[in-house]
Amino acid sequence: MLPCLMPLLLADAAAVPSDPAARFIRLLTVFLLAMWVGFEVITKVPQRLHTPLTSGSNAISGITAVGAIVAAGAVVSSFGSLFGLVALFLAMINVAGGFVVTYRMLQMFNPKKK
Amino acid sequence: MSSQAWINLAYLIASMLFIVAFKLMSGPRTAVRGNFLGAAGMAIALAAALFEAPVQQAIAARGAWPVVLLLLAGGAGAAIGAAMALKYPMTGMPQMVALLNGFGGAASVFVAAAELWNMGTRALQSDQPGMAAFAAAELAPWTQFAIATALTGLIGAVTFWGSLVAFGKLEELPRFKKPWTDPNRHWINLALAALTLLTMAGVCANPNSFLLFLLLVVLGSLLGTTLTLPIGGADMPVVICLLNSYSGLAAAAAGFVIDNSVLVIAGSLVGASGLILTAIMCQAMNRSLVGVLFGGLGTTTVASGDEVYAGKVKSASAEEIAMVLEGADRVVIVPGYGLAVAQAQHAVRELADVLEARGTTVEYAIHPVAGRMPGHMNVLLAEADIPYEKLREMDDINPTFPETDVAIVIGANDVVNPSARNDPQSPIAGMPILDVDKARTVVVVKRSLSPGFAGIPNPLFAADNTLMYFADGKKAVLDLTAAIQKH
Repeated sequence: MLPCLMPLLLADAAAVPSDPAARFIRLLTVFLLAMWVGFEVITKVPQRLHTPLTSGSNAISGITAVGAIVAAGAVVSSFGSLFGLVALFLAMINVAGGFVVTYRMLQMFNPKKK
Repeated sequence: MSSQAWINLAYLIASMLFIVAFKLMSGPRTAVRGNFLGAAGMAIALAAALFEAPVQQAIAARGAWPVVLLLLAGGAGAAIGAAMALKYPMTGMPQMVALLNGFGGAASVFVAAAELWNMGTRALQSDQPGMAAFAAAELAPWTQFAIATALTGLIGAVTFWGSLVAFGKLEELPRFKKPWTDPNRHWINLALAALTLLTMAGVCANPNSFLLFLLLVVLGSLLGTTLTLPIGGADMPVVICLLNSYSGLAAAAAGFVIDNSVLVIAGSLVGASGLILTAIMCQAMNRSLVGVLFGGLGTTTVASGDEVYAGKVKSASAEEIAMVLEGADRVVIVPGYGLAVAQAQHAVRELADVLEARGTTVEYAIHPVAGRMPGHMNVLLAEADIPYEKLREMDDINPTFPETDVAIVIGANDVVNPSARNDPQSPIAGMPILDVDKARTVVVVKRSLSPGFAGIPNPLFAADNTLMYFADGKKAVLDLTAAIQKH
């Protein structure tokens, strides 16, 4: 299933269609396929790992930081950059907090052999 | 290959790493690697973002300043996040996750606001040198950009305020002790939702008005608050999962705003994950999502506790229970949230150690809603160094109860209530439960006969093979351990 997503994602790296509707449908395709991959992969996570799964996915939802960097960089207006910087600050709390706490939890599931 | 193509390739690699990270979450050992790969994917995506045209143009125009600002803002956030993650106790995991979800949602709102502001001013300043590349006409209504911006603002605001309320409830702040039960709340929410949808349509139709967007964010904030306030403590696991899903969907919507597939992919993965966990939690509590969000628990009339318990409850002392445990070959411990509240995890482990030293097999039966978020009890027991292999899921351990000599229920109630299986009239009828009543002897450690979250009596307490041990969870376990050691 993962390989079948590859061409689609690679296509994304190619030229972006200029027709807005075509662009939207391309992104919608990515959205629906990723949702589907998500459902497939996550149903296989056992119940006992659901808390680390939640905190780990939480960290990944901080991906919005990418949008924050792009928005903050576009120094067209100081307000736009300010919003972008605030967004980056908040998103990075989410990213760092999520990954670190997940690591901490997983260490408890894997105690060092004495 | 253009530089944009390289950037997109980096995003693609990050996306694949995220998917692999989720895939590796299927086992405790591989999950560690998964977590690292997820973090690596995030680092790659963030680094690639620095090469995006707007950032590069800012660097060309202003030198190192934009990068310094980005590093300061991002670094400060990361430091705060990491410090929180290292400090928070494991019992407080649900609160911490709620708070982090909230920050993610708020970040998405700010991204949408920044893009909207940028787009608006770009249209005005398009005659400036260097800005011609961005030149855009006045923002057209009902475009992908307009709709996605409105959606991001709305979902993000609901996530942020919903998460703050959830945090308050889980942290048991005095202001949030009682759920909001104003009889008019459904009408207030309905009116608010209608107004919000109308405003959202307004933003889509007129994306040039920043004020309208702000109004939408304010309404979303109110809605997030009033939707979460009435939800009771027992339903918090569902709310956490749902907010987790929203934070992902907000990120995906932000991806539509800036036409970026890595945001869309990562966001929808998280959205899917949250939705699955929401469904699992609802199923484990035998409740519909609509019921959790808009109902309180149904108030069906049930037999009162007095009728069920009258004269049939057998109370036992630590010594009596110790004697039963000594003769047992196989003991199953059923921990509920009450155990975590009493901080009895370590005491339970000592009890298990003493029993195992005598050759008894000890295992733990974990109900999906034990604890305050999905999988919470497993983390709490793992923290007390209880081996992962001994924590068994409901479907896995239920068939073994008839061969179990003693089941010890500590701080759990509704999830071991046989009414769910036997009594079709019961409010929890059909709810999946742990079949402890099938064990030869059941020991229930509980402070009193008071009902659990469902507010109904538990016939298990009056069963012939049940011994009640009335005490605080931690003290009870310590006394039991001492009593066994004395023999």
